[in-house]
Amino acid sequence: MTDASHPVLSTGPAIHDGDDVRVAVNGMNTVVARGRGAGREASVTPTEPARRRLVDRRWFRIAGGAIIPVALLATWQLVSTSGAVPVSLLPSPEMVWLAAVDLAQRDLLGLYVAISTQRVFIGFAFGAFFGLAVAAIVGLSKLGDILLSPTLGAIRAVPSLAWVPLLILWFGIAEDSKVILIAIGAFFPVYTIVAAALRHVDRHLLEAGRAFGLRGLRLLGAVQLPAVIPSVISALRLALAQAWLFLVAAELIASSMGLGFLLVDSGNNGRIDRIFLAIILLAVLGKLTDALVGLFERWAVKRWA
Amino acid sequence: MSAKIAPKAANTAASSVISGTAALPVEFAGLGRSFPTADGTRPVLRDVDLVVDAGEILAILGPSGCGKSTLLRIAGGLDRPTAGRVTIGDRAVASYDVRCAVGFQEPRLLPWRSVAQNVALGLPRGTARGAGRQHVERLLELVGLADFAGHRPREISGGMAQRASLARALARNPSVLLLDEPFGALDALTRLKMQDLLLDVHAAEPTTVLLVTHDVDEALQLADRIIVLGTEPDDDERGPVRPGADIRQTVVVPGTRPRDRGSAELAELRGRLLDGLGIDRHGSARGIPSTTTIPAFPY
Ligand SMILES: Nc1ncnc2c1ncn2[C@@H]1O[C@H](COP(=O)(O)OP(=O)(O)OP(=O)(O)O)[C@@H](O)[C@H]1O
Ligand SMILES: [Mg+2]
Repeated sequence: MTDASHPVLSTGPAIHDGDDVRVAVNGMNTVVARGRGAGREASVTPTEPARRRLVDRRWFRIAGGAIIPVALLATWQLVSTSGAVPVSLLPSPEMVWLAAVDLAQRDLLGLYVAISTQRVFIGFAFGAFFGLAVAAIVGLSKLGDILLSPTLGAIRAVPSLAWVPLLILWFGIAEDSKVILIAIGAFFPVYTIVAAALRHVDRHLLEAGRAFGLRGLRLLGAVQLPAVIPSVISALRLALAQAWLFLVAAELIASSMGLGFLLVDSGNNGRIDRIFLAIILLAVLGKLTDALVGLFERWAVKRWA
Repeated sequence: MSAKIAPKAANTAASSVISGTAALPVEFAGLGRSFPTADGTRPVLRDVDLVVDAGEILAILGPSGCGKSTLLRIAGGLDRPTAGRVTIGDRAVASYDVRCAVGFQEPRLLPWRSVAQNVALGLPRGTARGAGRQHVERLLELVGLADFAGHRPREISGGMAQRASLARALARNPSVLLLDEPFGALDALTRLKMQDLLLDVHAAEPTTVLLVTHDVDEALQLADRIIVLGTEPDDDERGPVRPGADIRQTVVVPGTRPRDRGSAELAELRGRLLDGLGIDRHGSARGIPSTTTIPAFPY
């Protein structure tokens, strides 16, 4: 009658029934750990991998996501070879490719991509860091909220481009003004989302943490931060998108390098192939950097959620 | 044969690694608590005068919503009284008093931590790592969760979560243990085992226990003394009922634990307590004299 694998409570059907651990995996209710015999890791992976649905397969997701870009590329090729639209309005994919090769041979393509990415990363890093710090002050302390949030709300209301002339006057047209503009762009999504999330951490859990002696930074690390991790991740996603947006704004206005510069410069020279190239590069780079946040998300979710 | 929560095991468990702090008396003096409402304030508790001796187990009974959890929260410094005061030992209760450990009515486990890490949260500050881990392991074994130490709270059942929460409160070895319906979500058998566990832990490290429960039999089994909270009964002659609950009944439970569940004396007490809770047994409310036999359907 005694089940050796379970050291203490091993009698009675009531517990047996009560102890089935059910976890909803993608809407399916799967019994992942059955009462006593279940190993420690058993619940992490569903026990029925064979029945995983098609939409959960990795290759299916990748292939599914590629359908529309491939279709677009094919349509583009068809339309431009058919001659229905003049090349001055729609260059062929081949022309764009050649424009890329040409820029690469002149050592400009790598440089533009590198300088733009660098500006985004530095600006994003500063913006996200200060966004998190100020969000912590506003979200965790009533006084901080009272003091700071009206002012920050007003600054947030200023349209991004309104900063440009001021930043150029103050910091010149070198890197500083661009990085600062991007940092402003990354700051506000992080500040807004994370401060709100910190204000709404489950009161019951906070009380439990406090009742067991957690205060200040220890409470932050044990309860508040893990509770807002999903918000932090979506905030970082949004901030990164904002950073690319502000990058183009900064480079469109005053720069001699970068993808934004490529856009204005090509617009002035009527190089529509390069305009297409710059747009495609922005899409690809944006998606790639977003994938980096995705990696961070997977790590954070594994650790905290 | 299968119940391995042997009293001896619990004795060693409770006293092994973490040295307990001395039990302290809790004194409520003229305690009242009202909550602000849209139109003024609503008294929930009033005039609670009570001394809980060091090492005593006090059970708190009362109808739902009468203020049992509120009383417990005030005792632990999680809430403040609006009248009167509470003292633990010779000092007033501090905000989130470190001398108390709380087992909440809901499990309140941190979802991002494993069961073991959640229990470890209860360890007193400054516990050595190794000793702490050993203590947590022992406690998990005692509450029957050794196999689930690495699980997340969402991967265990409600009753298991409640046991983890009990283990977390026990990990503290506090001067005052505040338990809010700690066995409410458990099946009958597990509940008996957890009750025994509490008594074993208490025997090994006598601490003052305030235990809220809805179960009269549980109170009679575990407590040295039982109080019933409630509002004044409706009585036409004395005008309107005063709002707010106070102590309606105090019962000293005779004998030493473990008590014989079938004894006539306990049955008599249970009858009085059920009456105090306003529960109609055998039609006593309809004028039929109550008997001292065990009611067919308890409550
Ligand atoms: N923070 C609060 N604000 C306003 N009213 C509250 C608050 N906390 C408790 N109350 C009120 O106090 C009363 C007592 O609540 P309490 O949780 O102490 O009841 P209880 O006796 O523990 O009930 P139960 O047995 O159902 O757990 C309730 O009527 C509730 O509405
Ligand atoms: Mg309650």
